[in-house]
Amino acid sequence: MAEVEETLKRIQGQKGVQGIIIVNAEGIPIKTTLDNSSTVQYAGLIHQLVMKARTTVRDIDPQNDLTFLRVRSKKNEIMIAPDKDYFLIVIQNPSD
Amino acid sequence: MPVVHKTGTVKSKQGSNTQSQKAPTAKTAKAASKKKDEEDGTEMGEGDEWMQGKTLIKPLDQLDLTEAELKEEFTRILTANNPHAPQNIVRYSFKERSYKPISSVDQLAVHFVLEGNLLHQDSDEARRQRAKQGLPEEKATVETAVAEKPETPAAGGEDAGDVEEGGGEERADSVESKAGKKEQKITNQFNFSERASQTLNNPLRERGCQTEPPPRANFSATANQWEIYDVYLEVLQKQEKNKEKAKAVPKKDDDKGKKKMMLVETQSDDITKVAKVAKIIERMVNQNTFDDIAQDFKYFEDASDEYREQEGTLLPLWKFQYDKAKRLSVTALCWNESYKDLFAVGLGSYDFTKQGRGMLVFYSLKNSTFPEYIYPTTSGILCLDIHKHLPYLVAVGFYDGCVAVYNLKEETLQPIYKSTAKSGKHTDPVWQVKWQKDDMDNNHNFFSVSSDGRVVSWTLVKNELVFTDIIKLSLAGAVSEGPEGVQLPIMACGTSFDFHKQIDYLFLVGTEEGKIHKCSKAYSSQFLETYNAHNMAVDAVKWNHFHTKVFISCSSDWTVKIWDHTIKTPMFTFDLNASVGDVAWSPYSSTVFAAVTTDGKVHTFDLSINKYEAICQQPVVAKKKTKLTHIEFNPVYPIIIVGDDRGYVTSLKLSPNLRKKPKEKKGQELPKGPEVEIAKMEKLLSLLREPENSNA
Repeated sequence: MAEVEETLKRIQGQKGVQGIIIVNAEGIPIKTTLDNSSTVQYAGLIHQLVMKARTTVRDIDPQNDLTFLRVRSKKNEIMIAPDKDYFLIVIQNPSD
Repeated sequence: MPVVHKTGTVKSKQGSNTQSQKAPTAKTAKAASKKKDEEDGTEMGEGDEWMQGKTLIKPLDQLDLTEAELKEEFTRILTANNPHAPQNIVRYSFKERSYKPISSVDQLAVHFVLEGNLLHQDSDEARRQRAKQGLPEEKATVETAVAEKPETPAAGGEDAGDVEEGGGEERADSVESKAGKKEQKITNQFNFSERASQTLNNPLRERGCQTEPPPRANFSATANQWEIYDVYLEVLQKQEKNKEKAKAVPKKDDDKGKKKMMLVETQSDDITKVAKVAKIIERMVNQNTFDDIAQDFKYFEDASDEYREQEGTLLPLWKFQYDKAKRLSVTALCWNESYKDLFAVGLGSYDFTKQGRGMLVFYSLKNSTFPEYIYPTTSGILCLDIHKHLPYLVAVGFYDGCVAVYNLKEETLQPIYKSTAKSGKHTDPVWQVKWQKDDMDNNHNFFSVSSDGRVVSWTLVKNELVFTDIIKLSLAGAVSEGPEGVQLPIMACGTSFDFHKQIDYLFLVGTEEGKIHKCSKAYSSQFLETYNAHNMAVDAVKWNHFHTKVFISCSSDWTVKIWDHTIKTPMFTFDLNASVGDVAWSPYSSTVFAAVTTDGKVHTFDLSINKYEAICQQPVVAKKKTKLTHIEFNPVYPIIIVGDDRGYVTSLKLSPNLRKKPKEKKGQELPKGPEVEIAKMEKLLSLLREPENSNA
């Protein structure tokens, strides 16, 4: 448990990381470093995206599964790593 | 019934006019006076009569008629004609299609109608009513029966008697009731009053109750191919589990324990489940942060190498450091054969005075900020080796003489095996460990060499570490006086060793005295050969990856020497101006090797290009005081890792010049494989040998 906390701290301490959100399978954020409104917005929107991406990958080959998803935009990069029950969202601005 | 006017004629004469006038006037006066005063009516009426007897009073609205008119006779006829009936009713006749007068008009005038409720007693309705009441009819029948009695004496005698008796009884009753009934009848028919009574209505009360609605939950799911696949997998796993359970004897306690465990796990909304995902994310973030390094690692090829004829460069990539390992120096490096991006770092101290704890740390190239695995140890680590086929087994040699084996798959931070004083641990620091092939019983085993002069083979037997002394390094000739006069051979201190790649039993041992012994596993007391290699301790000795005869050695006496094991003198000697910490052959070429020195430089040589000088000499650490201690080539990627005495590990990319493959003539295919390398080396060696042969 402490290891995970440490890992998350390290991620948060990395250069350019703006926020971390942990969302559970139902799309409810359980831990976040951003403010409430942004968190809810991110969680809701990204949940759908992840479901769609996962469905896409698995429909093509059911033995395959989504490992992670990167959404690079002009201002920053959203990295999403899904798990069976949870998924983790990290927003980073790599050029900082 | 309408009252019909009687017809008759009334003739009235004039003479009687006055009378008639009187009468009406009197009447009218009476009426008027009555109307005025009813109270005084009688008196007034009488008064009027008396008065009117004398005078003639005309009412105000009496017609003024002339005498002639007064005398006129009016005939009044009583007819049966209805004066109000219309005389000319016309009806439309459809036959003739015109309006036609009716022949006769009804002259009946109804003056009064009264609906009565009398019934003739013999009418049907009356009979029905009697029947309802019953008695009057019986009475009638009784009477008839009595009358008929004499008529039917015999046959209906009893019956009649009965009837009569019944009748008699009834008669008595009926006499009374008859009158009463008649009266009742009458009352029932005419004097009917309904008496209704109402029972007490209970007040209505509404009572409702509602059960709790069943808990509802929204459920939605999709049926995709992969969902079906998942479910099938789960079912399969469950089946397998069941099979295993059926095979093993289940203990009830264990089951209960398991159940409890299951409950605990499902209750908490754990953050530990995110562990794996967090790791992936961390790597992603790192990749972003160190994006340029990652790109360099993958794609950068120094273009300037084309302009530099022979020289190459080392491009610094990631730098690995761990906070808690800052004061320790890197004492061992080893790449993992199976996971090409994973390498192990052993941390400890070379300083005799500064001995303390140590650490075993594993890094991955994917995450340079934090190690993947960390194992703290009580004593400094001096050497380590990762098993070639089992990437999770790591053998470690300590400064205090112990050897240990770690299993990376285990959660614990303790080694799975550790040698103790009882189990034959070395009495001096263990300088090198190396895994060997599994022995006959398929047990893993490894070798270790230490300053106490022993080369020991350790076998992992079930839970124990069993040791076997392979060889004892004794100084030739030197014998010391031990207690009780026993002559003990002085042990040489082994500082490094290496096993031949192809010939299993052959290995080399470097000692602190500067000698290299070629030994065999079979012979425990004798060396096959001894080379007087260096003036100081041999820090590293390594066989060439391709050429079976060649090995390299380095020492603190600033030299690196290349040998052919059949020849006692070195083929090549290189002086690097500083104490050489480590030397390593490259895995891709038989003629390329690199050495690190204590002045912070990495020297890279390619014998096929330049036999005398390094093609690259590059300082890789910032501070000049840091000494480089170890170097390792990555088996796959063109990078090297260099450890220094401050606990840092730097990774560097080899520029193309350092990775040259032999040029081929045009038209020919590029030969691949180790044969080429061997041939290359052989060529070099032959150049050296010929003069020697010629000399000899």
